[in-house]
Amino acid sequence: MTERAPQPTTAAANPPVQPLTSNLLPSDVVRISATANVPAPERQLEKVAKLIDVSKCIGCKACQSACIEWNDTHPDMEENVGVYENPHDLTPEMFTLMRFDEYVNPEGDLEWLIRKDGCMHCEDPGCLKACPAPGAIVQYSNGIVDFVSSNCIGCGYCVSGCPFDVPRIHKTAQVSKKCTLCSDRVAVGQGPACAKACPTQAITFGTKESQIALANERIEDLKSRGYDNAGLYDPQGVGGTHVMYVLHHADKPGLYSGLPEDPRISPVVEGWKGATKTIGLAAMGLAAAGAVLHGLFSKGNQVSAEEEHEAEELVVKTAATPPENREGL
Amino acid sequence: MNIDLSRRSFIRLSGAGVAATSLAAMGFQQAEAAEAAHVRDFKLATMTETRNICTYCSVACGIIMYSKGDLAAGEKADLIHIEGDADHPTNKGTLCPKGAALKDYVKAETRLTHPRLRKPGSDRFEQITWDEAFDKIARAVKDDRDANLIEKNADGLTVNRLTTTGYLAASATTNETAWATWKVVRSLGIVGFDNQARV
Amino acid sequence: MTNSWTDIKNTDLVVIMGGNAAEAHPCGFKWVTEAKHHRGAKLIVVDPRFNRSASVSDYYAPIRPGSDIAFLMGVIRWCIENDKVQWDYVRNYTNVGYLVREDFGWQDGMFTGYDEEKRSYDQTSWEYELGEDGYVINDETLEHPRCVWQLLKKHVDVYTPEFVENLCGTPKDRFLKICEMIGETSSPTKTMTSMYALGWTQHSKGSQNIRGMAMLQLLLGNIGVPGGGMNALRGHSNIQGLTDVGLMSNLIPGYLAMPRETEPDFATYMSTRGNKPLRPNQMSYWQNYGKFMVSFMKALWGDKATAENGWGYDWLPKLDIAQYDAMRMFNMMKNGEVNIYFCQGFNPILSFPNRGKMTEAFSKLKLLVVMDPLATETAAFWENHGIYNDVDSASIQTEVLELPTTCFAEDEGATVNSGRWLQWHWAGATPPGEAKTDVWIMSQIYHRIKALYEAEGGKAPEPIMNLSWDYADPEEPTAAELAMELNGRALTTLYDATDPTKVVLEAGKQVSGFGQLRDDGSTMGACWIYAGCFTEDGNMMARRDNSDPSGMGVFQQWSFAWPANRRVLYNRASCDPDGKPWDPSRVLIEWNGEKWVGPDIPDIAVTAKPREVGPFIMNPEGTSRFFSRKLMRDGPFPTHMEPFESPVANPLNPEMRGNPVARVFPDDLATMATSDEFPLVATSYRLTEHFHYWTKHNYVNAVNQPEFFVEISEELAAEKGIKKGGRVRVWSKRGQVWAKAVVTKRIRPLICDGKTVHVVGIPIHWGFKGAARKGFGPNTLGPFVGDANIETPEFKAFLVNIEPASEGLA
Repeated sequence: MTERAPQPTTAAANPPVQPLTSNLLPSDVVRISATANVPAPERQLEKVAKLIDVSKCIGCKACQSACIEWNDTHPDMEENVGVYENPHDLTPEMFTLMRFDEYVNPEGDLEWLIRKDGCMHCEDPGCLKACPAPGAIVQYSNGIVDFVSSNCIGCGYCVSGCPFDVPRIHKTAQVSKKCTLCSDRVAVGQGPACAKACPTQAITFGTKESQIALANERIEDLKSRGYDNAGLYDPQGVGGTHVMYVLHHADKPGLYSGLPEDPRISPVVEGWKGATKTIGLAAMGLAAAGAVLHGLFSKGNQVSAEEEHEAEELVVKTAATPPENREGL
Repeated sequence: MNIDLSRRSFIRLSGAGVAATSLAAMGFQQAEAAEAAHVRDFKLATMTETRNICTYCSVACGIIMYSKGDLAAGEKADLIHIEGDADHPTNKGTLCPKGAALKDYVKAETRLTHPRLRKPGSDRFEQITWDEAFDKIARAVKDDRDANLIEKNADGLTVNRLTTTGYLAASATTNETAWATWKVVRSLGIVGFDNQARV
Repeated sequence: MTNSWTDIKNTDLVVIMGGNAAEAHPCGFKWVTEAKHHRGAKLIVVDPRFNRSASVSDYYAPIRPGSDIAFLMGVIRWCIENDKVQWDYVRNYTNVGYLVREDFGWQDGMFTGYDEEKRSYDQTSWEYELGEDGYVINDETLEHPRCVWQLLKKHVDVYTPEFVENLCGTPKDRFLKICEMIGETSSPTKTMTSMYALGWTQHSKGSQNIRGMAMLQLLLGNIGVPGGGMNALRGHSNIQGLTDVGLMSNLIPGYLAMPRETEPDFATYMSTRGNKPLRPNQMSYWQNYGKFMVSFMKALWGDKATAENGWGYDWLPKLDIAQYDAMRMFNMMKNGEVNIYFCQGFNPILSFPNRGKMTEAFSKLKLLVVMDPLATETAAFWENHGIYNDVDSASIQTEVLELPTTCFAEDEGATVNSGRWLQWHWAGATPPGEAKTDVWIMSQIYHRIKALYEAEGGKAPEPIMNLSWDYADPEEPTAAELAMELNGRALTTLYDATDPTKVVLEAGKQVSGFGQLRDDGSTMGACWIYAGCFTEDGNMMARRDNSDPSGMGVFQQWSFAWPANRRVLYNRASCDPDGKPWDPSRVLIEWNGEKWVGPDIPDIAVTAKPREVGPFIMNPEGTSRFFSRKLMRDGPFPTHMEPFESPVANPLNPEMRGNPVARVFPDDLATMATSDEFPLVATSYRLTEHFHYWTKHNYVNAVNQPEFFVEISEELAAEKGIKKGGRVRVWSKRGQVWAKAVVTKRIRPLICDGKTVHVVGIPIHWGFKGAARKGFGPNTLGPFVGDANIETPEFKAFLVNIEPASEGLA
């Protein structure tokens, strides 16, 4: 019998090579997409968080390299379009991205604001709320929001549900992809690969409490250097996040490549579940029994022309009904 | 919020609705969901660890190489992953964008695997054996040295200097390689000897 | 580095000028962020571009490429004028009081003794005035008009803030703010660290840039102290080691000199290397030169080296000129004077300036041998790749051998970091295909050539036959065997010099340090500065105890640092003349009344009494130098010199072009432009996403930064009609490249001498091999001229032009 892995407290550790039993269990899941009545977990894991201190970030993209290497992704090699961002956007193969902004402050000085973009692991995850596929998105009691590809149907609702525009649909595999907060590393007591790699430790990882304390220390230092509006970005509109930023200009998050001022899950998305439920019921006639259905969807990453045609028909039908009235159908 | 219902993936939406409701209706949603809530298997379990130093800049970060197979035990070792060594005083486990991707340097498609020769005027390399390569080098160097070594200068003093063969040394080889190289190069009388300190 | 990466956490002020540590050394830069976070340290960046280091700086100032000396002399002038001088340090530890010869002087930006025809100075007058006792005369009042202090004040007087602004394009208010921040570190309890790299070395006066900052650091008392120093970041993982082990035209391992043909025998060679002290009681450590040299010769020739044959002196090649550096060899190659060339893990076709000339030179070789883990452009210089390598393969007669070597993951041994740590690494991967270690390849080459001499005879076979090659498997010596030779061992039992009955070291045992090396042939040691790295206690370089009880980032038990496991060079200067640390909260060593103790190894004899022996033990004076005597070819003080290609004339002497003593080969002068034809200043640099020309072979790094680009200001883009992301052509008098345009606020036009000067930034990482998109490097454009002292090419400041280009590839 192998030892149970510890809960992670830092990313600055060497991974184990001896087999360890995962510490992130199915029973630690607290929310499941398109699923009601998730049983209360037997234990509450300590909330974790990744802190990204943009004032320490040098935009080196070590996080991008580490992410690609750890997750074995293969982003496309693109071209230079006159900026430092490469790839140009988050993709299903690139879960994190350095975004660069040249900002001339009111004093006339240039600031190069660099922000690592990626999943924020919201306490109240819009993606999960929007997701119609049971078990495609789960949230663990430590705060990690994870996508389970084998249950994903690639519908893209999570993209629309995300206030940060993070998930991306893999065109060939037809699944949605994003940062997992390296749940496989966390499961053996390690921190995320990006936080381990980050040369200046602009990215750190630990309990949410420890990361807030660290952030406060950093904010104090920034204020002493004249950044009067330095602050923590842990937006409460989504219940707080498990990826947080220290910003020199916390009063203007939009300076950092459009980081939302007050992100919230769209009320429309909040309502989607009802709508899709309705559509689903209406579409039951197209489907056979549950077991057959499950087989169809779980294997299905490919969409046949026939399926697509059916889908388009359905779109035409449902789109004819104004969204606000769908709930009542 | 713009919901683009015309997207190709709409089938997934409708299907999802079906699945959600029908699965729930059939009462096995929790079991399914629980099974689904898994994380990827930890890929380094049972790998062999080897301590090394990053080959790029001279910050010289400590790294751990994870391989399938133990080279020290005489096995074939296939490199699977490289990560910063958290015990190292300088980098404390961190790595830059180059270091964090070191594995793909070691396994680059453009790694050389066999000695090759490009003949005069040719537009391609051809594969040769190590023996053929060394015979060619030894012959050429010996002939050049015999023809061009300056044994004595105009004043009759021994100078043993060879300027017609030159050597540029590597920047990422070890001190030990450097010493072996120094010995061989200087024994031939080569003075056109340099390294990458200037570039 | 005088200090180490981990020591940077002890600093109060980081000045990054002539480098871009965040970009090129991110994990080392961590210690800057550490100092900022935990010590409240400030970071200043001075650079032509607002770069990645600047993005996290406290203060940034722009500077025109190639004008650093003026900036630094201006800071020195300001510090002197405002009395920001660490006087106790300067008076006691530097040569400020020493008198200089009466015939020394300078005018029009030139020092005494210039010979225009030879492009060289007669340095006779660049020397101290010695007293009858043979010691240099010291004026403690610092008032003598010929003392170094007075000469220095006079020398820097021209570099006023206005002069700096006009020449460097640095706004005066920014320059003055930086002077103030730097001046604060003249306090004995405040230190500044200088982090620099190729941004200072790759100029025709690169060495003088560095001297400029070293002098400023002396003025502030920041050399030898924790969190201080001159810290060369260094580029490659073992370029420090390769230089330590003397893989340069003019070097023998341990910074000993290759003999010149003017030194016909060993006695003559040694006669100029006595290094007699220039002040009473000084250690003048190079007095031990003979011990290191003889031990080296014993390592090289083994038993064949004897006192009678001058330790095999005749078998060493003798230089007829200062050095056959790489650029000289390429020039000879172009002239048809080189037949065979080896490139080991080196890609000169992309690394050295004037690619057209490089390709022409390589095309004249009979045989090129490339040893590399990767397919390099150098090995394929004869392949046609359209605009990226437009050659006619059929007309190139060079035979090319491409030999696959292992890389770091597949071999074992030590590399030396910037802080002089020799760190051992182990192999953990099977080499691909038939790739072999460089040691195996060198052994094969050696044995086969030797066999030919044995079979056929030939010219001067002695050096080949007599080379010591005493390894268990001569076909492939192990890393440990070679490392043990670098350390050195006793060949016969060594006895104490004062007590002949006392055994110091038994025959065959590894020496524990260079203090045990001898000049009578009883010891061997290939690289004296490495002595102590592999002793009877084992491989010190493989040590992995990361404890740091002092908390000073010393890490005494981690690997081994040369010399003598010392982590901060000149650390005697971290204490006042009485041996008390300048800053009691940051202690490296201190005098306890009997000896020097502390977390670091003292850089002085442990029982050398304070006030008797100066801290700079390698200098015969025991002090450090504002006036560098004859050590540099271009002057005992740094003086402003323009780049060879410059947008403005040198205000000190408008007739002077570049560095007046830099070597320029005859054909190359004709390829250098003036600003009438080429008005834009180009500067080359590295990007954090890539390492030289290696990581373009790595798909992941290619994803992060896939394509060659140049960076220009919004103003220049508007002037030339260049769009962000558009394609441009950049050309110099030597060649042309096509690139994508990154249009940025991070480069701003500068005003110099009343003219608007635009800077074009050109990163280095692309070629025609590997995973990334095909591209070019700045070496297509750069001039074929190097630093006057050490021949680093002038890649940081040259002239180009730019225009929009059509999108289709030619």
